[in-house]
Amino acid sequence: MNLTLRVWRQSGPSDDGRMVTYQVEDVSPDMSFLEMLDVLNERLILEGDDPIAFDHDCREGICGMCGMVINGVAHGEQRATTTCQLHMRHFEDGATITIEPWRAAPFPVVKDLVVDRSAFDRIIQAGGFVSVPAGSAPDAHSIPVRKEDADDAFDAATCIGCGACVAACPNGSASLFTAAKITHLSLLPQGQPERVSRAKAMVDQMDAEGFGGCTNTGECTAVCPKGIPLDTIAQMNSDYLKANGK
Amino acid sequence: MGSSNGKKAVMAVTGAVMVLFLVLHMLGNLKIFFGRDSFNDYAHALRTLLEPLAPYRTVLTIVEIVLVASVVLHMWAAISLARRAGKARPVKYVAKKSQASGYTTHIMRFGGLTIALFVVWHLLDLTFGVVNPKGFDAAPADRMVAGFDPSRWWVTLIYVVAVVMVGLHLRHGVWSAFQTLGWVGRTRTRTLRLGAGLLSGVLVVGFLAPPLAITFGVVQ
Amino acid sequence: MNHTQGPDIRDTKAPSGPIEERWEKRKFSARLVNPANKRKLHVIVVGTGLAGGSAAATLGELGYNVTSFCYQDSPRRAHSIAAQGGINAAKNYRGDGDSIHRLFYDTVKGGDFRARESNVYRLAQVSVNIIDQAVAQGVPFAREYGGLLDTRSFGGAQVSRTFYARGQTGQQLLLGAYQALERQVAAGTVTMHTRHEMLDLIVSDGRARGVIVRDMVTGEIERHVADAVVLATGGYGNVFFLSTNAKGCNTTAIWRAHERGAYFANPCYTQIHPTCIPVSGEYQSKLTLMSESLRNDGRVWVPLRKNDSRAPGDIPEQERDYYLERIYPAFGNLVPRDIASRAAKNVCDEGRGVGPGGLGVYLDFRDAIGRLGRDAVEKKYGNLFEMYERITGENPYDVPMRIYPAVHYTMGGLWVDYDLQSTIPGLFVIGEANFSDHGANRLGASALMQGLADGYFVLPTTIGDYLADGPYGDVDEEAVAEAEVKVRDKIERLLSVNGTRTPDSFHRELGKLMWDYCGMERTEESLRKALERIPELREEFWRDIKVTGTAEKLNQVLEKAGRVADFFDLAELMCLDALVRTESCGGHFRAESQDSDGEALRDDERFAHVSAWERTPGGPVLHKEPLEYEYVKMTQRSYK
Repeated sequence: MNLTLRVWRQSGPSDDGRMVTYQVEDVSPDMSFLEMLDVLNERLILEGDDPIAFDHDCREGICGMCGMVINGVAHGEQRATTTCQLHMRHFEDGATITIEPWRAAPFPVVKDLVVDRSAFDRIIQAGGFVSVPAGSAPDAHSIPVRKEDADDAFDAATCIGCGACVAACPNGSASLFTAAKITHLSLLPQGQPERVSRAKAMVDQMDAEGFGGCTNTGECTAVCPKGIPLDTIAQMNSDYLKANGK
Repeated sequence: MGSSNGKKAVMAVTGAVMVLFLVLHMLGNLKIFFGRDSFNDYAHALRTLLEPLAPYRTVLTIVEIVLVASVVLHMWAAISLARRAGKARPVKYVAKKSQASGYTTHIMRFGGLTIALFVVWHLLDLTFGVVNPKGFDAAPADRMVAGFDPSRWWVTLIYVVAVVMVGLHLRHGVWSAFQTLGWVGRTRTRTLRLGAGLLSGVLVVGFLAPPLAITFGVVQ
Repeated sequence: MNHTQGPDIRDTKAPSGPIEERWEKRKFSARLVNPANKRKLHVIVVGTGLAGGSAAATLGELGYNVTSFCYQDSPRRAHSIAAQGGINAAKNYRGDGDSIHRLFYDTVKGGDFRARESNVYRLAQVSVNIIDQAVAQGVPFAREYGGLLDTRSFGGAQVSRTFYARGQTGQQLLLGAYQALERQVAAGTVTMHTRHEMLDLIVSDGRARGVIVRDMVTGEIERHVADAVVLATGGYGNVFFLSTNAKGCNTTAIWRAHERGAYFANPCYTQIHPTCIPVSGEYQSKLTLMSESLRNDGRVWVPLRKNDSRAPGDIPEQERDYYLERIYPAFGNLVPRDIASRAAKNVCDEGRGVGPGGLGVYLDFRDAIGRLGRDAVEKKYGNLFEMYERITGENPYDVPMRIYPAVHYTMGGLWVDYDLQSTIPGLFVIGEANFSDHGANRLGASALMQGLADGYFVLPTTIGDYLADGPYGDVDEEAVAEAEVKVRDKIERLLSVNGTRTPDSFHRELGKLMWDYCGMERTEESLRKALERIPELREEFWRDIKVTGTAEKLNQVLEKAGRVADFFDLAELMCLDALVRTESCGGHFRAESQDSDGEALRDDERFAHVSAWERTPGGPVLHKEPLEYEYVKMTQRSYK
């Protein structure tokens, strides 16, 4: 298949970016989206052009490194799929595909489609952990955990930190990311001692990074590759309000 | 209250106050179906509530103050969150496609603005009687019936549009308030969304019944 | 490539005495560092996977001054995250006869008697603490209705000792370590540098004293000095270009350390995983693993006839060859990884492979669906089927899956002693980057165990013994400058060639060569061919490589080119190691060394040793570390 790509090119953080059009020919429907870009990049290198920079690593949908807005949708229109797991068979021959980076002030563009997501790390630093130094843990069976709680905690814990939620949110909010971690830990007994302080610290950090507020549009969960449910945000809100009530 | 979550909570609480008001307001409106006197008695009762313990219009004034405060806080929170959102995405997408189902979530700000403008008109019309044919001194029921006279069909139309907008606003807003206050459990999400839809529907029907009935001559 | 043999080496740190007391003994004999001094001791940790992340976090908790590096944009992305199956631990929560000794025994045997008993025993001992630690951190392991942890039996183990978090155990454990690490970053004990790539080791006065790194965003070359350096930079499976590793996985950090004097042990030990999704075309960039559990119900087959192009559904039962069931009637489709992999390669070499390029075999669930019903199969494997369909566009409920083996893990790595210290004092190597615990073959669900054992429990104790003599004072300025110049020169050289081939095109060619000549099956002839071809290709690389852009910006082409350059050198050493080890063992199969049934045949007389390679200007020098087995009797595997 033959495609027309419109790709955001920006040579550095402080440079102006623009959309650049490329033709890609002989794309196999079995290629992944990133492999299609690899093929284009190989050509660009040989032509002496700067290839399109994009983040990627595991290419099996779990590391959370890849991510681009494809035709207006974070990670593309196929549901519950990271960009690396999206395959070209979902596109029509002759189609024009628009590719943009995650757009949010707290995710400044580093180059082309690469953005800086270190704001997420700082949100975790603020409280996304259980304080338990190595070697200090009691036997794993000393505290039973209801299976339902463990399963729900797991559902929230599957977040891969890709940032698609922020990219899709009309407010540029990081609520789903932050809530996923808060929910994961607040559903488990191990997370209880720091539960309330954690919620407050993480939400405050989210604000300090410049993310927008949540208006419960649900755009985040719709594009989330792991389908983190929206009610995690309710859990975050509840823990946060408790923190401020105290 | 300064954090994004705090502002959201402010929106939820003030929204809840206004929804409560709307429910009572709607029930009062429906009195028109029991006759003009019934409606006028209700309007009078609002002013004389708790008399003689408290002076005339005490309760109503308190309600009005709370409502005005709610409206102001609701708008303040909405505006500052919208500004925050604007700052969070300084560069817009060339292409952007919504993936969430339901358009109501995307018209909240527009809807809110429309409703605010309508409320101004509505107060001028039926509360202060400034733009009402009968004026301020007429009995409430007279003002109402005159206001939605078939000759003034366009007023009814404005009213219909505004009430539908309120319904859409609440369909997302009511559920959203529960979500913001953290009262949405895993299993309750569906129920709450249904409940929000139902409440919005009831309010729309309840608010539209009197004016439509008047315009079409069912209530005279 | 010629090599010489040097004197044998010994692990001088391993305590003697009863095996179950050795780790206790070492913990007690390891000197402690005065808490007040810890802050003054600076440790660099490179890599933030299970091993590096947990080590940096733990060292930070202990009060050391830690600097941590990773090439990804966040420490949470390290490739440990992709491990699916689970983590072994000798908890014996099931009461099914498991014990530390049994895990030890299984690991030594599974490693085909090429691992150190002392190390493996310690690993089994520490395994129980890992589960406690992870649970306390909030890792959401699978649980039963009673609220206790669920376990499963994995990779043919006879006991149920594998703890898991659905198919994302690696992710959940890594996030636990990552969160502990970020907690230390917030506490100020760890300074984190993301998007930084280590390009050289600083050795001063014979000690590892720091690293030269490149800031991948600004291109700046930075020097970081410390009292000790810990490498936790993972395996080198990407030397094959196609592997289940992440695209960024590379050998540069350990290779540069090897160039600085660290011995490289058993480079030829490569684990090949039998159930991966096959290559679909020339553009293929990586291979995706499908859980081994699929072999519990799927039947592996190929057409009886060569080049049979019929659709699988059109091939009648009597024209199908269920070759694993035919050759290994006792174990059938559940034979160990290496055997299943090799059998697949053999039938494909015969021309009976299926799918694009004939490099695939069927894994068929038709009978399982018939027997158990579609719903039951969906319940068990639904997410895997979905993943398969996402990638291939084929629905495995209707058409059999196609699978093919792929490189998955490298058991070899930098040589370390019992303290996990390399031959360069002050250079510690942990996780997949070292060679220590898996011998010639790693058991399923043991990689996570080893990474976390090293990072949370072993290294933090043993490094203290080294640091007790610190701080080590000023670093020789000349040594730092020399390392920095070397790094700059290499970058300069890569940028200046301006040839006609991309880094990926060289990498693909090298990978194919390694897969063909030093892959699942190796022969003297193939290895000699590879050893002839690799230097030619490397020479072509330095003559014809094209790197666009500049060194002063984010430049993914430059990053890639530097990594490929190191893969050439590593590939050569792998082939040499494979050539010298004329026996077959674990993940190293020499066609010349097999029994009458075609099974791997060890040669314990000549090869019960670790091959530790030293790099010298005169060529590679082989040092042998003899392996002795006091507790587990050496036997030949059999799966017939």
